[in-house]
Amino acid sequence: MRKTALDSVYSLAQNDERVVFIGSDLGPGVLDEMKKSMPSRFFMEGVSEQHIIGMAAGLALDGFIPFVNTIATFLTRRCYEQVALDLCLQDLPVRLIANGGGVVYAPLGPTHLAVEDIAIMRALPNMAVIAPCDANEMRRLMIASKSWMHPMYIRLGKGGDEIISREEHGFEIGKAILLKDGVDGLFITTGVMTQLALQAAEQIAGHGLNCGVLHMHTIKPLDDEALRKYIPQVKGVITVEEHTKIGGLGSAVLEYCSDAMPEETHKIFRMGIPDQFATQYGSQNSLLASWGIAPETLCETMLKKLK
Amino acid sequence: MSILDARSKQLRRSVIRMVEADKRGHIGPAMSLIELLRVLYDSYLNVNPRDPDWQDRDRFILSKGHGCLALYAILADKGFFSEDEFDNFCKPTSFLGGHPERGKAAGVEASTGALGHGLPIGVGMALSAKIRQKKHRVVVVMGDGETNEGSVWEAAMSASKHQLSNLIVLVDHNKLQSYGPTYEVLDMLSMKDKWTSFGFATCEVDGHSIENLEKLFDRLPLDINKPTAIICHTIKGKGISFAEGQPSWHHKSGLKASDFEAMYKCLE
Repeated sequence: MRKTALDSVYSLAQNDERVVFIGSDLGPGVLDEMKKSMPSRFFMEGVSEQHIIGMAAGLALDGFIPFVNTIATFLTRRCYEQVALDLCLQDLPVRLIANGGGVVYAPLGPTHLAVEDIAIMRALPNMAVIAPCDANEMRRLMIASKSWMHPMYIRLGKGGDEIISREEHGFEIGKAILLKDGVDGLFITTGVMTQLALQAAEQIAGHGLNCGVLHMHTIKPLDDEALRKYIPQVKGVITVEEHTKIGGLGSAVLEYCSDAMPEETHKIFRMGIPDQFATQYGSQNSLLASWGIAPETLCETMLKKLK
Repeated sequence: MSILDARSKQLRRSVIRMVEADKRGHIGPAMSLIELLRVLYDSYLNVNPRDPDWQDRDRFILSKGHGCLALYAILADKGFFSEDEFDNFCKPTSFLGGHPERGKAAGVEASTGALGHGLPIGVGMALSAKIRQKKHRVVVVMGDGETNEGSVWEAAMSASKHQLSNLIVLVDHNKLQSYGPTYEVLDMLSMKDKWTSFGFATCEVDGHSIENLEKLFDRLPLDINKPTAIICHTIKGKGISFAEGQPSWHHKSGLKASDFEAMYKCLE
């Protein structure tokens, strides 16, 4: 997903002179071809995230479209005030490409886990928050980003994630995609949790029930219309996110329902990361499973909910 | 010590007029800036009040956004907007807030107020000019207390790396921050040496001397391969005798008619 994102930046830059790339201190060889062919629009600025965001704002104020890339934690927590004031207050078209959203860096411990990034980015006016589910969707998002003249936070998964998105669904910022139809229950997911939900839905089918999967690649702006359409059609809804249960997708869905269709809120159950720092290392999957986020637990929870 | 001429006094009276509207404001930090901004706008910056968004204009960022009263005073003086708006300072629908915001007052290039943001933005603008091979310059004014922020030095390293000779930094070195003397709160030691060691061409100047500032601005950039940093020695509260060098005049609220009378008297 990351490679696709960066390749897309180069591809966009070839067709649009406003596109520039800014990295912090990324791995050797990142976007080498872009660096060679358009050196004036390729920047590797060192471990200085606060500066990088401000610099991106300065470029954007002069009409450029900067794509900023580094590890998700450092692109959110480290420079939050710069993101809030330099990008969001001034409503500038800067794209933040966040490597390792969620617990991708599980072996590296809590300093490198971005599990509250959606909450803090979502709280900022003008910011779009997007978590694609696979590399193909990532490519479609990058193309769609061309017409989005506001700040955007793009949360990347691990890479090599199973391809589940389909060309025919297209991609529109702020428009959820119903990947699987269902009459009994509905999983509402974002990022690579969509893959888990599809597996869980298959397992549930073995129990004679039919659950849908609504993939909300865009957490903000939230697709109210999709929620209004699909939630009333089922008996139980589970939101699934690789993120603290505070302030992420589940919160966004509940907030909308509480405001717009309070009679539906009792149907919604949130699955996500509890309010704690990670206490284990291991892998992304093992860490998620330790918090009960796995296809089997999704299936069990939905079955209980539908009983 | 420089003696204030009629124009410097008039700009200071504009500052006080704005403060009168809400009986509050950052008076000390504005007064130390008056001559810097006056000479910049009179003699250096290539800007057009009738076309504030003209593409080839020089960019000016007041990174110490709390000094905005001085900026508003000079912008109105230059015709970016009417002085009538002074009387609405900090009123709900005014475009003159307690910190400057882009998109509100004409001539304000970036929203500032939280410290340490202006230089990174200025670096981005200077890079933009370089990429597009434009000749305009970017000037960033910072407070000395502001240089406590780490982001300032991140940006300084980047400006040096990119040899941004089109970037001019002015440090309003009034030696006082909100709590007290800068050397007590967080001593920056030699401000000039710091900027020199970060790769800037540097010099020092009396920040209240019109003549010295004009002469200095005439020879910018100091080095065609480096960004410039000018350490401007100033006095916080300059021109208001009882406020000069007084930390309590960093920000004042609840000011009374007698306070205004006393301030205006200093500027007669």
